[in-house]
Amino acid sequence: MAAAVIEARDLSLTFQTADSPVYALSKVNLTVNDGDFVSFIGPSGCGKTTLLRVIADLEQATSGSITVNGLSPHDARLARSYGYVFQAPGLFPWRTVEKNVGLPLEIMGIGDAAERVKRNLDLVNLGGFEKKFPWQLSGGMQQRVSIARALAFDPRLLLMDEPFGALDEIVRDKLNQQLLELWERTAKTVVFVTHSIPEAVFLSTKIVVMSPRPGRIIDVIETNLPRDRTLDFREAPEFLKLAHRVREGLKAGHSYED
Amino acid sequence: MKTERGQAIPVLVICLILVVVWYLACIPMNAVVAEAKIAAAGGGFAATLTESWNHARPVIPAPHQIAADLWATVFTIAPWAKKSLLYHCWVTLSSTLVGFILGTLLGIGLAILIVHSKLLSKALMPWIIASQTIPILAIAPMIIVVLGAMGFTGLLPKALISTYLCFFPVTIGMVKGLMSPDVIHRDLMHTYNASAAETLWKLRLPASVPYLFTSLKIAIAIALTGAIVGELPTGAVAGIGARLLIGSYNGLTMMIWSALVAGSVMAASLVWLVGYAERKTLARMGVRA
Repeated sequence: MAAAVIEARDLSLTFQTADSPVYALSKVNLTVNDGDFVSFIGPSGCGKTTLLRVIADLEQATSGSITVNGLSPHDARLARSYGYVFQAPGLFPWRTVEKNVGLPLEIMGIGDAAERVKRNLDLVNLGGFEKKFPWQLSGGMQQRVSIARALAFDPRLLLMDEPFGALDEIVRDKLNQQLLELWERTAKTVVFVTHSIPEAVFLSTKIVVMSPRPGRIIDVIETNLPRDRTLDFREAPEFLKLAHRVREGLKAGHSYED
Repeated sequence: MKTERGQAIPVLVICLILVVVWYLACIPMNAVVAEAKIAAAGGGFAATLTESWNHARPVIPAPHQIAADLWATVFTIAPWAKKSLLYHCWVTLSSTLVGFILGTLLGIGLAILIVHSKLLSKALMPWIIASQTIPILAIAPMIIVVLGAMGFTGLLPKALISTYLCFFPVTIGMVKGLMSPDVIHRDLMHTYNASAAETLWKLRLPASVPYLFTSLKIAIAIALTGAIVGELPTGAVAGIGARLLIGSYNGLTMMIWSALVAGSVMAASLVWLVGYAERKTLARMGVRA
């Protein structure tokens, strides 16, 4: 039994707005183990991004408990436990690719930056693009730079908030394949937010199905899929069965209703 | 090249029309002073034109008279002589530049304070805006007199008037620029546990550079205005402002127009220089050409 990287118990978060409170998260219980690839899937407003942001200490829970690497999210952030990949690449346009990847190293005062930058750019297949500026890269390449940036200081945990949501399906397929390979090679723990069922099923060892109003967990599916799967695997019966179960979960959570 | 030539033609046409209108306007405008001479020359069309366009003390000097005055005051006199227009340009330019640099630093400093503290933002903003509602012509003599009483004369009081005028667009532009980074960028710095100073240095300041240059172009033009205004109450010793004042006291319209042209050329050159620095800086920062 691997150690729990993330442990949430009865976690709730309520936003106080002008007219009525918004229950973004309600009594969430979740365990993420070391080496897991966990996806949060659900429609907009189900709290999947909020949950990720609580883990990253970008939002604070109103009640319940959560630990990251056995620490509070705040202490885990100070301990540089995770790298965060946002919905948009969020590269600094005035920095070259290598300077963007080196940004966390500069701030954290980590040495051997050149070697780390090179290693992580190679990891996302962007060796040779060090001197380019972000605008010279495609959207998919920019997002890969941002993944290299998140990995630059070698955190054990990678938090990804719909990283490929803005990309077209062909690029997304390719990046899914690359991400899977990257996860296998680095043995990181990944928490991945998505609203794509195929993406969630293809990538995950554990799929967390969520539903809105209030944001809660409907179903947690352990996939136990072979690790060396390719894109073709998405036509396999096991894959379709899992996708069906995810869809049933979303239906049960009234996610398909207005 | 093609677009530049395309723009040049309409501009030249307008210039030509203005020159023609100017020459025509000189005839009735200078009638009062030229009347006697036209009569003495025997009247007639040719005499009217000659005397209206070549009077020694015209109401409106003709363009070629201004050109001749500019030539005489710029090229035929040593630049350090008090009669040289270049000397007066330098007097105004030096205090413009000192005021511009001080104003830019003050503007950036204020913007940094405002962005980092809600309290300071609330405390400073009304004063910053109020400072610009006071007519500069009213406050300039007081600044000169007060600083003069404290022993500061010459360049510094004038420069401070420029500073007073030109910090404002810099502050406003920089507040906007320092606030311009996306939420994603700020969240990213938060995940790195970056300090406010690191966020300022690595994110907010680089992001604000385009805003800064837009403000600087406005600031340098009004810094020049400030320096000229500052020269008026000093007893018109030197500078473009002094030339304007002496010219108007003594009815030397050509001196006024030459000073006006010199001031305009300086303003245009300064704005162009800032624009040039902007293009070079942004290109170095990797902005798409």
